[in-house]
Amino acid sequence: MENTAITQEVKPPNTKKGPVKWLKDNLFNTWYNTILTCLGLAFLFFVFKGVFTWVFTQADWEVIPANLQIFSIGPYPLEQIWRVSTVIYGLAVLLGLSAGIWNGLTRQITVAIGCIGAIILLLPFHIPVREHALIATVILAVSFAIGRNKDNWKRWVVVGWVLSFPWTMMMLHGFGAGTVSTTMWGGLLLTLILAAVGIVACFPLGVLLALGRRSQLPAIRWVSTVYIETIRGVPLITLLFMGSILLPIFMPGDFQLDKVIRAMVALTLFSAAYMAENVRGGLQAIPSGQVEAAQAVGLTYPKTMLFIVLPQALRAVIPAIVGQFISLFKDTSLVSIVGLVDLLGVARSVLGNAEWIGLQPEVYLFVAAIYFVFCYAMSFVSQKIESDLGVGKH
Amino acid sequence: MNNNTHKVIPDKIPFYRDVRFLKVFFQILFVIVVILSAGFFYSNMLNGLRRQNLELGLSFLIDSEAGIEISEGIDFDPSETFLKAFWVGVVNTLKVSILGIFCATVIGFFFGIARLSNNWLIRQIASVYIECFRNIPLILQIIFWYAIMLVLPVVQESIRFFDSIFINVRGVYVPSLEGTAGLIPWLWYFLSGIIITIIVVLGLAAFRYFFQFRERHEADRPSFISNIIFGAKWVAAPTFLMATIVGWLLTPEVPFELSRPELQGFNFVGGINFSPEFTALLIGLAVYTSAFIAEVVRSGIQAVVKGQREAARSVGLKESQVLRLVVVPQAIPVIVPPLTSQYLNLAKNSSLAIFIGFPDLFQVGEIMMNQTGQSIPIFAMIMVSYLIMSLTTSAFMNWYNHRITRMGRST
Amino acid sequence: MTENESTTNDPIIICEDVHKWFDDFHVLKGITTTFKKGERAVICGPSGSGKSTFIRTINRLEEHQRGTIIVDGIELSNDLRNINLIRQEVGMVFQQFNLFPHLTNIKNISLGPIQVRKMSKRAAEEAALALLERMDIADQAYKYPAEISGGQQQRVAIARALAMEPKIMLFDEPTSALDPEMISEVLDVMRELAHSGMTMLVVTHEMGFAREVADRVMFFDEGVVIEEAAPADFFDNPQHERTKLFISQTLQH
Repeated sequence: MENTAITQEVKPPNTKKGPVKWLKDNLFNTWYNTILTCLGLAFLFFVFKGVFTWVFTQADWEVIPANLQIFSIGPYPLEQIWRVSTVIYGLAVLLGLSAGIWNGLTRQITVAIGCIGAIILLLPFHIPVREHALIATVILAVSFAIGRNKDNWKRWVVVGWVLSFPWTMMMLHGFGAGTVSTTMWGGLLLTLILAAVGIVACFPLGVLLALGRRSQLPAIRWVSTVYIETIRGVPLITLLFMGSILLPIFMPGDFQLDKVIRAMVALTLFSAAYMAENVRGGLQAIPSGQVEAAQAVGLTYPKTMLFIVLPQALRAVIPAIVGQFISLFKDTSLVSIVGLVDLLGVARSVLGNAEWIGLQPEVYLFVAAIYFVFCYAMSFVSQKIESDLGVGKH
Repeated sequence: MNNNTHKVIPDKIPFYRDVRFLKVFFQILFVIVVILSAGFFYSNMLNGLRRQNLELGLSFLIDSEAGIEISEGIDFDPSETFLKAFWVGVVNTLKVSILGIFCATVIGFFFGIARLSNNWLIRQIASVYIECFRNIPLILQIIFWYAIMLVLPVVQESIRFFDSIFINVRGVYVPSLEGTAGLIPWLWYFLSGIIITIIVVLGLAAFRYFFQFRERHEADRPSFISNIIFGAKWVAAPTFLMATIVGWLLTPEVPFELSRPELQGFNFVGGINFSPEFTALLIGLAVYTSAFIAEVVRSGIQAVVKGQREAARSVGLKESQVLRLVVVPQAIPVIVPPLTSQYLNLAKNSSLAIFIGFPDLFQVGEIMMNQTGQSIPIFAMIMVSYLIMSLTTSAFMNWYNHRITRMGRST
Repeated sequence: MTENESTTNDPIIICEDVHKWFDDFHVLKGITTTFKKGERAVICGPSGSGKSTFIRTINRLEEHQRGTIIVDGIELSNDLRNINLIRQEVGMVFQQFNLFPHLTNIKNISLGPIQVRKMSKRAAEEAALALLERMDIADQAYKYPAEISGGQQQRVAIARALAMEPKIMLFDEPTSALDPEMISEVLDVMRELAHSGMTMLVVTHEMGFAREVADRVMFFDEGVVIEEAAPADFFDNPQHERTKLFISQTLQH
């Protein structure tokens, strides 16, 4: 009899959950937290009041829709705009197929991008813009449906991604009569191209430099170290200026290099040094036993690096690498100093127009919002990858 | 038993399979490639210079009058040399960097700690601040602040705080300390204070090194350097303070006086004026970097594993003692390296001054290039200036890491 | 006397006056010995005696600086081809397993055969499965190393070495990092391997294993072989003072 009384379930005290309890625990648990909460609320009230009054009553947002085309593609000729949309359609096909084939993160990202397309569709943009958004979204959905469970297509989709890069460049540039020279590239389009080129190109270069810095051969180690430390020691704009001022001196007389390509090279060389340091951090975290085991199995140095060391090292530093990509994306805004009209460059040129004078806060906030969305999305994806891979959990 | 050991006579190794040869060969090949490309650029450079009728050299720095105006910084006259002009730029860079580092550290620690608050609202405000300012390009922020500076009220309608800080379209005016006639005599006391402090610290270190630990075994005896550090920790500040305070009392006049900005005619006189360019750059650098510093601080504190706190509580430390004696000492070594690299980033990012026309070393260098056409030596000077900053910092970092790892081993 | 029907008189490893320095520290001070095909040698000695370094020189994880090592008729020299050939002939098992954490167990095993022996993926994976079967862990094939126990990991590591079909197996303290209850499962596998006629060099402190399986026990101290004998002689009638001390200390626990 007594036994049953003992085994009776005893409820823990005070398990009450609910908004009141939550407020008490998180905002008003001690007297100083209560003060902090009140101060915080007052601060938020004034900030929001100021921002809302300005945004809805004082700001003149007319400048944004009026220049939307310039913001997105800069001086890219309107009659050649089909090139841009073709590129977008092509990428939509690839993305949809990848989302169908690979589960998980790829699919989530694709859904997110699809949602952005749908949102553009609903916003009051010009009709042609919404048409393109509609077509791209439909293509995305269709290729997603086609790609589902087509595991044997993996290889071809990867090849497609690799080829998409030169294809995009060729498509945007065009050939023959319809050529759009790079001086006409601008706006968000140019920003995205610069960032993509930088990210794709700095990665292998950075890995090579990192391996070079850890090489057993002193000559290679020294050259890599000097390169990495020199580049990391100077600001990016010195490299951009070098590209525009010094390069003509260091090249043969008749040599001419496209301005956009110079900026791409400067961005790549700069980011590669930082990438190398990130990768080196990952390499240092790999225990020497891994290399020894690979050697004992008979793998050569390149194969040891390719199959054993780099996969582990890169995985360990994914957050740092994505952080590097985010910086690179932000750094592209510096190219306006050497005369390119990227997103920031077009913003400045719009403000130079007498019609829109004095609208700096509006324009800069709009541009800032675009940068923020891209950077925040990247860091969000990085956090997802981190938790999916369980980096640092082993 | 060893009789039937049949000896295998090894073939002579062909050179293309000999590891020793291959190692040397690849390095030589690599060096040759590097030298050839350097040579290629060098010969192009010589040709390019010949085309432009320029001679490579640094003599232009002191040979001619600069003939350029520099809007702010230490006094500079267009009739002075380019070398002086460059120095003005260097000082401006250092000024904005040091002030920026100070502000960024204060703001960054504030938000980093707020990010870990157990108050939900404060935590959210801190993370919105961090996410906003680190995900927007710095240059955009600087241009934005500059645009704001330029729409501030005119001088007569300045925004004022306590009648001593004034903000208007010409920048920010704050009170300053100005030296008086008593400054020079007091400086002598100040200098002698420093000298006395050094003597006392060295003397104490020598005493401890040669007498106090004689009986200990050689390896256990603290090094001379660590004795100096010990001395600096305990006697430097009191000695120095005593010397300077006694000096202050002995000086007939007060060495400093407070100078407040005052409106005279169409402008303010007295105090310190931060130009709109400087202010915008400073705010941009400080705010942007503070967002990163906040993250550094947060992850540094979080890196102190929970077990450490629990262990500290289990030996009966109070919450404040846990923080002071266990968490902070362990978080600091984690925080310092990334913090230093943020400082370095701030210093390098100050080169964005060129976008808003603040004469830092990069902008002055650019003006000099336009003026003289000597782009190569000026570029070299700019890069060397930045490299000196970063190499000193990494030297400090190496020294610091070395110390930290030693600490880690000894415990 | 242990039965050694599989031991022949053909030498497979010949070491002559092998020296090795780590900077100024003389680790190996002239090791001269011969291992015959099918021989099972156990190498023991205090830590820092050079025993691990010695077996690591045999597949060139460490480079010896003087003397000659000839493995299966191939001299270990600076010849790149010889180094690669010998590493294919010699399998190695490490104290810390050193499995590749980013690959599944079966990929860990089939990587070498595919990349080095140029086997087809299918053949290599079939062989890997057969090896896992032999190690009694076929059900763990598609798991990652971090998901299985230490004893299982070490058996995967043995399978990985065997997948290259080596003529010689080196074991560098294979059971030292294991929890006590897992040691026997690894020793069982090694015992089975020994009976199959594999040439084995085992650095270990498992004296029971040595007594039962070894043809010869070598005792290393300060970079030299102080004593080598058949296990019965070695344990029951040690000649050298250091050996006696070592045996009594090891058997105490």
